[in-house]
Amino acid sequence: MSLSATKFVHPITTPPTSRSSDKPLFSTFFGSNHTKLRFNKPIVAAQRRSSSAASTSFSPVVAVSSDVVKEKKLKSASNLLITKEEGLVLYEDMILGRFFEDMCAQMYYRGKMFGFVHLYNGQEAVSTGFIKLLKKEDYVVSTYRDHVHALSKGVPAREVMSELFGKATGCCRGQGGSMHMFSKEYNLLGGFAFIGEGIPVATGAAFSSKYRREVLKEPGADEVTLAFFGDGTCNNGQFYECLNMAALWKLPIVFVVENNLWAIGMSHLRATSDPQIWKKGPAFGMPGVHVDGMDVLKVREVAKEAIERARRGEGPTLVECETYRFRGHSLADPDELRDPAEKAHYAGRDPITAFKKYLFDNKLASEQELKAIDKKIDELLDDAVEFADESPLPPRSQLLENVFADPKGFGIGADGKYRCEDPKFTQGTAHV
Amino acid sequence: MAALFQAPTAFSSSNSLDSNKFNHSPSPRSLSERKSSILTVRSDARSNPLLNSAAHKPHRFITNAVATKPDTSLASTSSKPGHELLLFEALREGLEEEMERDPRVCVMGEDVGHYGGSYKVTKGLATKFGDLRVLDTPIAENSFTGMGIGAAMTGLRPIIEGMNMGFLLLAFNQISNNCGMLHYTSGGQFKIPVVIRGPGGVGRQLGAEHSQRLESYFQSIPGIQMVACSTPYNAKGLMKAAIRSENPVILFEHVLLYNLKDRIPDEEYVLSLEEAEMVRPGEHVTILTYSRMRYHVMQAAKTLVNKGYDPEVIDIRSLKPFDLHTIGKSVKKTHRVLIVEECMRTGGIGASLTAAITENFNDDLDAPIVCLSSQDVPTPYAGTLEEWTVVQPAQIVTAVEQLCQ
Repeated sequence: MSLSATKFVHPITTPPTSRSSDKPLFSTFFGSNHTKLRFNKPIVAAQRRSSSAASTSFSPVVAVSSDVVKEKKLKSASNLLITKEEGLVLYEDMILGRFFEDMCAQMYYRGKMFGFVHLYNGQEAVSTGFIKLLKKEDYVVSTYRDHVHALSKGVPAREVMSELFGKATGCCRGQGGSMHMFSKEYNLLGGFAFIGEGIPVATGAAFSSKYRREVLKEPGADEVTLAFFGDGTCNNGQFYECLNMAALWKLPIVFVVENNLWAIGMSHLRATSDPQIWKKGPAFGMPGVHVDGMDVLKVREVAKEAIERARRGEGPTLVECETYRFRGHSLADPDELRDPAEKAHYAGRDPITAFKKYLFDNKLASEQELKAIDKKIDELLDDAVEFADESPLPPRSQLLENVFADPKGFGIGADGKYRCEDPKFTQGTAHV
Repeated sequence: MAALFQAPTAFSSSNSLDSNKFNHSPSPRSLSERKSSILTVRSDARSNPLLNSAAHKPHRFITNAVATKPDTSLASTSSKPGHELLLFEALREGLEEEMERDPRVCVMGEDVGHYGGSYKVTKGLATKFGDLRVLDTPIAENSFTGMGIGAAMTGLRPIIEGMNMGFLLLAFNQISNNCGMLHYTSGGQFKIPVVIRGPGGVGRQLGAEHSQRLESYFQSIPGIQMVACSTPYNAKGLMKAAIRSENPVILFEHVLLYNLKDRIPDEEYVLSLEEAEMVRPGEHVTILTYSRMRYHVMQAAKTLVNKGYDPEVIDIRSLKPFDLHTIGKSVKKTHRVLIVEECMRTGGIGASLTAAITENFNDDLDAPIVCLSSQDVPTPYAGTLEEWTVVQPAQIVTAVEQLCQ
């Protein structure tokens, strides 16, 4: 199946009949358009605005075409859009992601971590491109491939590494593991093992944000939620249910599809009737955008618009990032099914190499500056590993502590006291 | 839904503890911290001195973990006469009070808003609180349950309604993985104060899929609490307690009990989620039940009393965790246990309860525990067949007679 870049998707206009006055806002469908340049002519059908819409202008989001085999266009509109400082931040974040995952692989093979570990090598542009635009209060929801999302959001490498080692100093006290990274401080809402099950949680966080703004009337409650998930998830019911609800209620959420073409050993093309995921956005009434996920600046541009759209209260966006994972699905995956030519092709599009070249070409950074960053990250990671190594394992007393937020939930024992008052509970030896 | 059971006058009131009676035993600590309009339901205060110790923070609604004593009349203990209402109205009252009290409390579910709820539990609330606070969702149980969980993690307190509990099977992924587990896997960082509620149980010829009892499926999920209401009094109290709880709570209502009428106090009250309710004290046999079967049991109790038996009836209310204290005290008194439930025989609440009692009170039993459950059969449509799948009062009478030989 070829991913043709020339299809035009007609936006579906809403019928002009009115809904009852107290129904939520209903917007027209933004079509998605496969033209080459971004932010050109708006291509939108006549639209109805509700009287309560704060913004009177809108910027349409138009798809950026990116064919799998086409050569990446670096120049285009992206070159004026970052300063040196921003460039270094982006570079450092991608390097952190890459080096961290490489360190994970090393540690796994040395027996420091176990279970299922899913590495993000190759996809750094998506995480960095999106998450570095967020405020600390914005929410990120991820999947099992969540280490780099956690790092980009700000969770310290020490805490992530500790969590992977299963130590008590991990961000989840060692109780979550690789696939369940959570951080209340940095508003990372997980880390989910089943695909698709994080998307409703993300929708809920976006709902919360809207609720705080409109019901609780909190000023400045404009937190945006990003939901990251893969191509495999896009065949799952929860994805579609949430696209519907998010568009229906104009929730401040961005659905980010990290389409790396493979769901373990299942090629996206073998699993999906219409592999162009971005097209599914307009079907639900939100813009669908396709972007080259190996180019951090392109991702960042699209992300900027999508996040701002959400913050303004205009509703969700579906962004499909075409990306690739350089390693197997997990450290247990021998990765024998993928064509070496495909792997080589994407290795040649390594986002970090490309961004480095961009920085040099545009004189935004020098070789030494980047090497200094590399060294800094190396040291950071060595420190993280040392910290994790030296951290204590969770004690037995931790076993029953977080089962309930209110431990009265363990019930009343035969002696009439709440079971959580039994000292065996704090020792972790009680039998629930 | 026609009302099957009318006001409690159907039961002999002399030896039954009506659900709306309570023991108002003020202790200096409880009343001084509370506003005068709120009544804390305290059970027998003389039981365990440890519970009144300083370990309890005074502002929490911890009640003594002992079931209420009988023989107190409403008139002597409350200052106001109370008001009569139907069970679904009691649920609504509880819900409305909590929504007024805390603006973060919201409701989401199918047809809860404009339609007022398929069993009218949320009637009028959307007009009062708005469409965002009483959210009409599309038919997407898994996703809106997950949405409720995400909202709870980020500061709201949603009540998720399953139009019929059976529909929550579609939400099992979210309830099991996220609702129950997220507090733990996040290392305690996020709490999930949701209430998942809805009508379940065998109704009047509703067919197999609308007659399910999900308490047995959910009971293994760690991290959740399950309660079942059976009277207007405990419906309101449990609803309020569930909403105020920081834990995820699944509140099971029963389709046939929504039109039960009873008198409940005017003052505000909140019940304990973990306690069982003593319905009728007795000496010969302990009958443990919950939800609709309580009424079948009470009907059987009338017959049993006429035959000279003295059954002790306990409505366990808390399906997970079990109130082992109330149950244990009763077992130690009567030495015989009969469990009457509407769950399936296999893997039901009764099965778990049997195991729990055997583990904890085996020495106090004079006879094996008898558990009467529904047949392991998809509930048939035909009325006669449906009647034979659930436990009927006659079977309860027979079981007690056999147990007490």
